[in-house]
Amino acid sequence: MWKKIYEWLDERLGLTDLYTNLLDRPEPKGNWWNTLGSASLFLFVMQGLTGIFLTVYYTPSPDHAYDSIQYIMEGVSFGWLIRGIHHWGATLMVIVVFVHLLRVFFTASFKYPRELTWLIGIGLLLLTLGMGFTGYLLPWNQKAYWATTVGTQIAGSVPFVGEFILKALRGGPNLSALTLQRFFSAHIWMLPALLAGLIGVHLFLIIKHGESHFPTKED
Amino acid sequence: MSGSNEISRRDFIKVTTGIVGGLIGVAIGLPTISYLIDPALKEGGKDVWVSIGKFEDMQVGIPYPFSFTRVQVNGWERTSSSFGGYALRKSDDPKDLLILNSRCTHLGCTVNWNEEAKGYICPCHDAKFNLEGKVLDGPPPRPLDVYNEFRLTEDGHVEIFSKAG
Repeated sequence: MWKKIYEWLDERLGLTDLYTNLLDRPEPKGNWWNTLGSASLFLFVMQGLTGIFLTVYYTPSPDHAYDSIQYIMEGVSFGWLIRGIHHWGATLMVIVVFVHLLRVFFTASFKYPRELTWLIGIGLLLLTLGMGFTGYLLPWNQKAYWATTVGTQIAGSVPFVGEFILKALRGGPNLSALTLQRFFSAHIWMLPALLAGLIGVHLFLIIKHGESHFPTKED
Repeated sequence: MSGSNEISRRDFIKVTTGIVGGLIGVAIGLPTISYLIDPALKEGGKDVWVSIGKFEDMQVGIPYPFSFTRVQVNGWERTSSSFGGYALRKSDDPKDLLILNSRCTHLGCTVNWNEEAKGYICPCHDAKFNLEGKVLDGPPPRPLDVYNEFRLTEDGHVEIFSKAG
């Protein structure tokens, strides 16, 4: 009975093919350093899920952002857990993505035919940092406020277009409700959408080319 | 491997991954459900006595409108909700009061006393209730709710018992 249902679905969806190509594909002999990409993906999914749950209570308004987070931490059952995972997961994700980059660099895995995988990976690192930067403002506490003041000021030091960049980031000359709102929008919609899209391409390329062997003495 | 009863390395990894993944899923998933439904499990505000007006201001046979607001803390914000109704004095006896809640029993709009129609009219779906709160016309499933618990204070105020929510 179940076998029949599975076969019906498999014929139409190609489940077995998907499984062999995605999860049961041949891998060169590797070690734990080769798992950092999967770890990054896991953290991305984890951040996505906990982030979605945080929006159930979080309010991106200067009047309520801080109070709503206080409420998540103290008023909602397991709010501390959801926010804690999101908070520490963010830091961990930056570290894991960066160490992943180092591993790819030191094993020379970025070479032909994987240059695009590498470039997209750089984009993913930058987007991850962007997620960290935009997410940092959302608690709207002193640290968040001044970190964003400084961060946008640094972006504003670009010659010629600096002032424009600063205003575009802040939504005006000052840090305001507009800044909080656009950082929130970037944090939950724009950057995650870009990340998800590029992760898709990154994974497609990995499946297409397979993973690289460690360089041997002859290389 | 094939022919032996020993579990292969590959299967061991698969089973272990499944079990550990499942445990992590449960350990995170259950708190998440609790997190999401938390507000539904919380108690509302306190029950209080609310003054609705002076007994001597209420005339026999004429509905006396009253309203009050209650402020409750919902999450990180204080929300004030309005309540109202009509007190109908039937005789000189302070116990002989009928205090109706003006919240329509159909879908929650506020009914108003209409002197010409001699009834409470709901603006939303044309429901009509009589002086006693009985349904005369329209879709409401039951008569207007009654505040059964009320008392007269020493300085002549009528107070009703307002339950949380």
